[in-house]
Amino acid sequence: MAQGLLGIEALSREEIQAILDRAKYFQPREGQSFRKYDLLRDRMVVNLFFETSTRTRTSFEIAAKRLGADSVSITASASSVSKGESLVDTLNTLAAMRPNAIIMRHAASGAPHFLQRYLEIPIINAGDGTHEHPTQALLDARTILDRGAKLEGLRVAIIGDIAHSRVARSNVYLLSKFGANIVLCGPASLLPEALKNIASGVTLTTNMAEAIRDADVIMMLRVQLERQHEPGFSASEYFQFYGLRLEHLKLARPDAIVMHPGPINRGREISSEAADSQRSVILNQVENGISVRMAVLERVMSGKKTDGATAH
Amino acid sequence: MAQLLIKNGRVIDPASHHDGVADVWIEDGVIKGVGVSLPTAGSEVFDATGLIVAPGFIDMHVHLREPGFEHAETIESGSRAAAAGGFTSVCPMPNTKPVNDNATVTSYMIEKARRHAVVNVFPIGAITKGSAGEELAAIGSMKQAGAVAISDDGRPVMNARVMRRAMEFARSLGIPVINHCEDLHLSAGGDMHEGAESVRLGLRGIPGCSEDVMVARDILLAEVTGARYHVAHISSRHSVEMVQFAKTRGLAVTAEATPHHLALADRDMKPYDSNYKMKPPLRGSCDVTAVLEGIVNGAIDAIATDHAPHPGSEKMQEFESCPFGILGLETAIGISLEQLVHPGKIGIGRLVELFTTGPARILGLDRGTLAPGAPADVTIFSADHEWTYDVNKSFSKSRNSPFDGKTFKGGPVATVVAGEVVWRG
Repeated sequence: MAQGLLGIEALSREEIQAILDRAKYFQPREGQSFRKYDLLRDRMVVNLFFETSTRTRTSFEIAAKRLGADSVSITASASSVSKGESLVDTLNTLAAMRPNAIIMRHAASGAPHFLQRYLEIPIINAGDGTHEHPTQALLDARTILDRGAKLEGLRVAIIGDIAHSRVARSNVYLLSKFGANIVLCGPASLLPEALKNIASGVTLTTNMAEAIRDADVIMMLRVQLERQHEPGFSASEYFQFYGLRLEHLKLARPDAIVMHPGPINRGREISSEAADSQRSVILNQVENGISVRMAVLERVMSGKKTDGATAH
Repeated sequence: MAQLLIKNGRVIDPASHHDGVADVWIEDGVIKGVGVSLPTAGSEVFDATGLIVAPGFIDMHVHLREPGFEHAETIESGSRAAAAGGFTSVCPMPNTKPVNDNATVTSYMIEKARRHAVVNVFPIGAITKGSAGEELAAIGSMKQAGAVAISDDGRPVMNARVMRRAMEFARSLGIPVINHCEDLHLSAGGDMHEGAESVRLGLRGIPGCSEDVMVARDILLAEVTGARYHVAHISSRHSVEMVQFAKTRGLAVTAEATPHHLALADRDMKPYDSNYKMKPPLRGSCDVTAVLEGIVNGAIDAIATDHAPHPGSEKMQEFESCPFGILGLETAIGISLEQLVHPGKIGIGRLVELFTTGPARILGLDRGTLAPGAPADVTIFSADHEWTYDVNKSFSKSRNSPFDGKTFKGGPVATVVAGEVVWRG
């Protein structure tokens, strides 16, 4: 059976730790770019994006190239999807070209899980609908750990459109496995009650101040306008109640960090001042995206398990 | 004279309060009598020793897809699947293409069935033209052509005034109104039951309340109009409570449950496997418990399969793109025995009622009994033999079942329609 990466939920704490350790190894030295390896020489990976993406796709491409793999990127508009081909047929066709893995983003929750049942080739989930975005959670964890913190006992506030967020789900699964306290916060219509049952250590609140109080990590989410199928908040109303501003940061711990998976909408869910503040690690997240994805690609494509302790 | 003697089975006929080992004597498509050691001379004999012999089972809720979607099912293939599931009568819903909203389509279906079907087919007509929910369909002429009820199954009547008029008209014609209860504004875009599982899987939810608000509305309208009103595929615990409440108020309100809603909850579904995608969706465990309880206490009157074939090309897609519905005819008895009889919730007699007198009374059909003079429709089944469902051997043209590979204890053995053995396992 193919060993891809479909989600965080199915991973063990040890598997996650191994990826995070290996990602640290791939991090660039101060002031330098990512080192080039030939760990995946002769390997090929296809980036198949059925949703637009700049950062995730670029990040995967760079990660593949830094490991020495060939990387091909396809976006839905350029593929045969528009010609009415089914998803299974599209994937089978690509699989016949013998890549070693397919990285896939799709607007339908579970699309890669569904495909993996029919395909031998490992699939790496680069975001499926409103379900999971595993590499985002891994890079977020890497970023938190880089601050010297331990995940256990950490208070992490995730704020915004939780209902439609694959970033939130993957982060909840990951942080919960490591014993963090997770506070999910957003307007009631975007914060289903059942969220508190999907993992341990999760609490819910519709009050932003309550969520941020004593938080070690404040993770803001983008308002997913494209996934909301009903009238939502007006932009100004949303920002008033769920937009992160500098005054909120006083409620958090003094060393709290502000995270955002991007792309950020300044003035919508985060003020410019908060996004650019000293607390913001948004660009560190982007950078860690590459080292985490290098670790994931190596794990999936090299045929051997990553082991941060001995791989040096 | 064509004669058939079904010998030595345990004959259960709830309508005539019969339960005991006996023979059933059939002549020219009609039940001649039930008795002990009837003479065999000149008859074809079916030895039913160790088996249960019951009036022919009626599935009041199926989709035969003809006309319009013959790639998924035809009246003939669906009828063969029905026979293999122990059903002697089925009621196809009107969501064909064209919609069965006039006597021409009703007559077409009946004529097709007369020529090709191996079981009885009693079509259900649409409530509104094109099942669009606006203008009443030609209900009277469909009834004259042979429609036994009206329903816009799959496309619930959202306009309460239209529903009220339909109920008034149906009452005057003496036929029941069947509704697929789902407030489309509340369920919009949903793919599975709204709850922890939908949140976990990132799929949009169909809340239980989308069913409940329409059941509540319809019960109130049934009281206003005096209509016979039937809740299709009831799945939510509050809906079961409300149907029970309507019954205690003396209203002519009935309900059916599907086998899959007895057997599976949302947490049982294989993630993103469209063989678990149907409407109403597999609900929470407490809803499953309530539906089972509703069968035990009589709130629910019938078991109906909502047999909904879809070809592989449609079901093999991303979950949210797949159509709703699963096969049901061939596994109904096996699942019902497993969920209701084997755990001791109900006796086999009550099970037979749910498949015979239950639907027959709701629809006003002159069937569901082995009384002398009744049409000789007989379902012969076992309550204990083990068998495994292989969907690839299904008589249906489609393969969308979550029960493929499942082993059952008890199931259909032979099906007799109008005195002819139309299927034998």
